[in-house]
Amino acid sequence: MSTEVIMPRLGESLVEGTVTKWLRHPDDHIEEFEPLVEINTDKVDTEVPSPATGTVLKLYVAEGETVRAGALLAVIGEPGEAVPDAPPADREEGATQVAPPKTADQGTPKAGREELGFISPVVSRIAAEHNVDLSQVSGTGSGGRITKKDVLAYIEGGQAAAPWEEPGSGDLFRPTEEFFGKKPGAVPEPTGLADTVLPLDAVRTQIAEHMVRSRRTSPHVTTLMEADLGRVLAHRKEHKQSFAREGANLTLTAYFVAAAVEALKEVPIVNSSWSEAGIVLHKAANVGVAVSLGEAGLIVPVVKNAQQLSLQAIAKTINNLAERARGHKLVPDEVQGGTFTITNHGVTGSLFATPIIHQPQCAILGVGALQKRAVVIEGLSPSGEPEDSLAIRPMVYLTLTFDHRIIDGGIGDHFLGIVVQRLQSWA
Amino acid sequence: MAEITLIEALRQGMDEELERDERVFIVGEDVGQRGGVFRATEGLFEKYGEARVIDSPLAEDSIVGIGIGTALYGMRPICEIQFADFIYPAFNQIVSEAARMCYRSAGEWTVPMVIRVPYGGGIGGGLYHSQSVEAFFTHVPGLKVVVPSTPYDAKGLIKSSVRDPGPVIFLEPKRGYRLIRGEVPEDEEVLVPIGPARISRTGTDLSVFAYGMMHHYCLEAAEMAAQEGINAEVIDLRTLKPVDRETILASVAKTGRALIVHEDNLTGGYGAEIAAILAEEAFGDLDAPVRRLAGPDVPAMPYSHPFESWFMLDADRIAKAIRELAAF
Repeated sequence: MSTEVIMPRLGESLVEGTVTKWLRHPDDHIEEFEPLVEINTDKVDTEVPSPATGTVLKLYVAEGETVRAGALLAVIGEPGEAVPDAPPADREEGATQVAPPKTADQGTPKAGREELGFISPVVSRIAAEHNVDLSQVSGTGSGGRITKKDVLAYIEGGQAAAPWEEPGSGDLFRPTEEFFGKKPGAVPEPTGLADTVLPLDAVRTQIAEHMVRSRRTSPHVTTLMEADLGRVLAHRKEHKQSFAREGANLTLTAYFVAAAVEALKEVPIVNSSWSEAGIVLHKAANVGVAVSLGEAGLIVPVVKNAQQLSLQAIAKTINNLAERARGHKLVPDEVQGGTFTITNHGVTGSLFATPIIHQPQCAILGVGALQKRAVVIEGLSPSGEPEDSLAIRPMVYLTLTFDHRIIDGGIGDHFLGIVVQRLQSWA
Repeated sequence: MAEITLIEALRQGMDEELERDERVFIVGEDVGQRGGVFRATEGLFEKYGEARVIDSPLAEDSIVGIGIGTALYGMRPICEIQFADFIYPAFNQIVSEAARMCYRSAGEWTVPMVIRVPYGGGIGGGLYHSQSVEAFFTHVPGLKVVVPSTPYDAKGLIKSSVRDPGPVIFLEPKRGYRLIRGEVPEDEEVLVPIGPARISRTGTDLSVFAYGMMHHYCLEAAEMAAQEGINAEVIDLRTLKPVDRETILASVAKTGRALIVHEDNLTGGYGAEIAAILAEEAFGDLDAPVRRLAGPDVPAMPYSHPFESWFMLDADRIAKAIRELAAF
């Protein structure tokens, strides 16, 4: 009877480790509790003992490979015993899936009943037989309807994954389920009052997926500077009417885009994407401008080739995109291909914030609320001595959140400094 | 095992039945001395003589009438209607007499008769040599209607039809006479029962029901669709009346989608009957509307070759219908 060696969780918050060295190899004999493999994590170097006496039959993880707690490391048993070929794909903690499975080629999950589309007789029958809530099923049929295959796939996916094999019963081993009380993603126990569950629509789901993924992908670091918008406001006041005559509503956003584009030209490493092959420097500066759709979420239409556009052209483009965004009229091309993003969280009152990078970009510029503040202006007395004074200036906090894989703080600050300098010296 | 043509399989089947049972005889235009305009009865006149392979006058009602009369007195006639297009003069004999005889005499008088009917287009036959007539006869209680598409089934079904105690309309897809070849065992008796359909290609995504030449085109189309990842099940109905409901319903229960293909005109064609059966009895299994692909509702198959190609279904058009159904 063979014994599976399962990767343990080596600490309170450690969920994965790297196999650094196998101390025994296939066909070696090993006693229970003898060290089998060395595992390294950020905080702990440890030896994992064998849960049983026997012959090492098969190793599933190569030296240098990182695995999550719960992964199958090896099998110990009698020579000639059958062993599983390869560890099953998702042997992670909390093996059962609760929410409907999301595979890349399934359509978007449905929201309300009215969006279900045509439900064929067989789909209706199967759903009734298996108590399936069709609004949770993704449709791949024509027009996005739910087909027989879709509902059957949903039913199959919802079943629990194969239960784990019992790891060795040695004292030093505990299945990682024991560390977890609940399955991840489970709906919390209802309180005394009736809780409401808002079904997830496609936009919410996509936003959620992107935000989680972005945070997991890029190490986010945020740097903060402030800018005096006095000259920008003056410029705007002077040119607003003439711009309007040309059909461009001159908003402050246009200035931020223009300033960002100049900084991107001077610090091209910020206009980039991380890839395994190397950092991809994009030729075009396609600047996305985040537009809030209220409860419907947010969307980021892109000003393509902003490096070629004048302030007026930028203003016009932003107007057009924002209007179409609010009218839900954007086409996929208009929200794809961005290389840098600006988000104006100041419009809702935020002074500064730490937005999430829009993958696969390098950075995102956050613009806070325009606020009149008392600032110290350095100056000289009539006799030439340094003398500071107070002034009331229209100030704005600018944050740059960047991907620390691609750039370091020095470059981020250099970039943001150029944006500030450009805004403060607008003419 | 030998590979033979459809027409040779029919000839062999008739030969064996004439040999086996002296009550069996053949009557029709040009069947005797000429050996049949398609050579279906070649050599049989020489082998069995003029009393058993009879050249009839050009009078279809008489051919069938003779068949009915002799059958009532114990003979086993194989009547040949030279082209399905000529069957109409005999319609009254078939429908009013042959079909009803057993029922009307409470089983005392039966008509164990086979009417062989070459049908279908694609041979440049134009108006009077290309028609399909199965719809008229599947409608009539008291008749059986059989359509083999392969040499094996042709031989097996003609023999079973001769042995059947009632009238059988035996439709032969004439375009396939020499075009369709298949393996038929020589050392054993080949008998295919009237009734059961045959699943010629198992699949999971949709069910395609066909007969005659269309069955072959459907198999071709299924292979084309398979290249695109669509796995079609193809069923050769073989017997149109009594149709194999069990196989049809089981297939649609599995796939959820049905495509019925026939050469005959669409409206009131045999496919409508299958579609109705599915709508009534397989409703809870349907994942898509039942689809029929058939000949256009045009009074004649054109004689002009390009127009005939337009009229006749082919593998490309069937594959298109398969694709559309699979995508629903």
